[in-house]
Amino acid sequence: MLDADFFRRWMTATAVAVDGAAARLTELDSPIGDADHGSNLQRGFTAVRTVLDKEAPGTPGAVLTLAGRQLISTVGGASGPLYGTLLRRTGKALGDAAEVSGAELATALRVGVDAVAALGGAAPGDKTMLDALVPAVDALDGGDFAAASSAAEHGAEATTPLQARKGRASYLGERSIGHQDPGATSSALLFAALAETAEATS
Amino acid sequence: MLINVAETVVTDALRGMAAAHPELTVDVENRVILRRDAPVAGKVALVSGGGSGHEPLHGGFVGPGMLAAACPGEVFTSPVPDQMVRAAAAVDSGAGVLFIVKNYTGDVLNFDMAAELAEDEGIQVAKVLVNDDVAVTDSLYTAGRRGTGATLFVEKIAGAAAEEGQSLERVEAIARQVNESARSFGVALSACSTPAKGSPTFDLPPGELELGIGIHGEPGRERRAMMTSGEIAEFAVNAVLEDLNPTAPVLALVNGMGATPLLELYGFNAEVQRVLAERGVPVARTLVGNYVTSLDMAGASVTLCQVDEELLRLWDAPVSTAGLRWGM
Repeated sequence: MLDADFFRRWMTATAVAVDGAAARLTELDSPIGDADHGSNLQRGFTAVRTVLDKEAPGTPGAVLTLAGRQLISTVGGASGPLYGTLLRRTGKALGDAAEVSGAELATALRVGVDAVAALGGAAPGDKTMLDALVPAVDALDGGDFAAASSAAEHGAEATTPLQARKGRASYLGERSIGHQDPGATSSALLFAALAETAEATS
Repeated sequence: MLINVAETVVTDALRGMAAAHPELTVDVENRVILRRDAPVAGKVALVSGGGSGHEPLHGGFVGPGMLAAACPGEVFTSPVPDQMVRAAAAVDSGAGVLFIVKNYTGDVLNFDMAAELAEDEGIQVAKVLVNDDVAVTDSLYTAGRRGTGATLFVEKIAGAAAEEGQSLERVEAIARQVNESARSFGVALSACSTPAKGSPTFDLPPGELELGIGIHGEPGRERRAMMTSGEIAEFAVNAVLEDLNPTAPVLALVNGMGATPLLELYGFNAEVQRVLAERGVPVARTLVGNYVTSLDMAGASVTLCQVDEELLRLWDAPVSTAGLRWGM
């Protein structure tokens, strides 16, 4: 079973992963975006660490809900509302249980990913976060975190040949082809951090 | 770059703005720029915002006759809902607030969230999307047309209507009419460098230009060998007129992207006016300068807005902001 501390460590691991990948995310965001995805997410997850330390929420749902709200308040751009909604809606779906199973987290993440799709109006294949998130939650069924992480990474890599249909990269039309999507790449970090946290716990 | 560190670029600019403009209230910590006399009793308040890097848009357009408040985000990054809600609460006199939102995914999502939160606080909020950029043609497979130069026309004309004391419903309708009557097209002669990256966001060799660029350092849809000012004017004006068939005089904005000298912009305006005359489009008013910029990008955009007598009267009405000032 996964408790609030597990979720706090997941968010911390995500913040560390984002720190490490910030330069690469910004680099990926240069040819097809506006060269700030790394710094924006870095600012957001740093703020998430601070608020989780300060308020120490006691349930898995409360950790993710607070993290999501903090991202909405600090990131801006499209990433803030989208990542914020992912975590907030996942957290709300977890309810106020003190501990949740991997299968319950898988179900809640599905709710969160569906909310991201609804908010952004995107679908898999549009070269967005969803190209990593959807394969990840598909692979997660039952709580296989390593499989989810690997599916997210493959999903992110598979965005390279796609033409963007949503977000700022869509303005490039065919010229968006040949670049890996920064949002899908950072989404894979979230699942890599989840797998890492689960491995450290077991 | 003339900066301290990339992380404080927006905060530093706000501190400088506060020092230069005592007629504004600049809340540096919460990143909101307000009319000093807000809320103005009985009047609708216009609130806009967006990523920084487009100055004087939006903060430079706060003042009597235009915006009541502006919310600057990080460079090229939409501000967060907290800023917009704070701004709305500070400027609402009870007559309502109009959010003016450029059509980018981030701006739309954050302003949508802010509108919901502001309404929860009892503030009446209306929203108008600005989407004038004809370079984005295929709205089915993109995020839709971008908001660029027409934002200035919307903020000025709707701001004048608000200043006269017109209702929220009416101010919103005027803002929509202006947006629907305006189209833009931009070109870049060089890419811009964001403070976070420190180098150009795309590679544009000398001797080439990008046609149909946006205002966030994103490349355009097509690259060509360098053209003359006259050729660029023909390309840009024709692109705009393909989408807008004016049956009345137009306002023309010949806008610099940030690193093109006024000497070149005025020369470019001469060519724009020539093409418009050849196409039989009468020009009611022209504005030349750097108004909706993209950091240090070299290049220009052309925005045309068809106006009736009422819109022209509102355009001519007094305005007093850091970036646009006449008649008072």
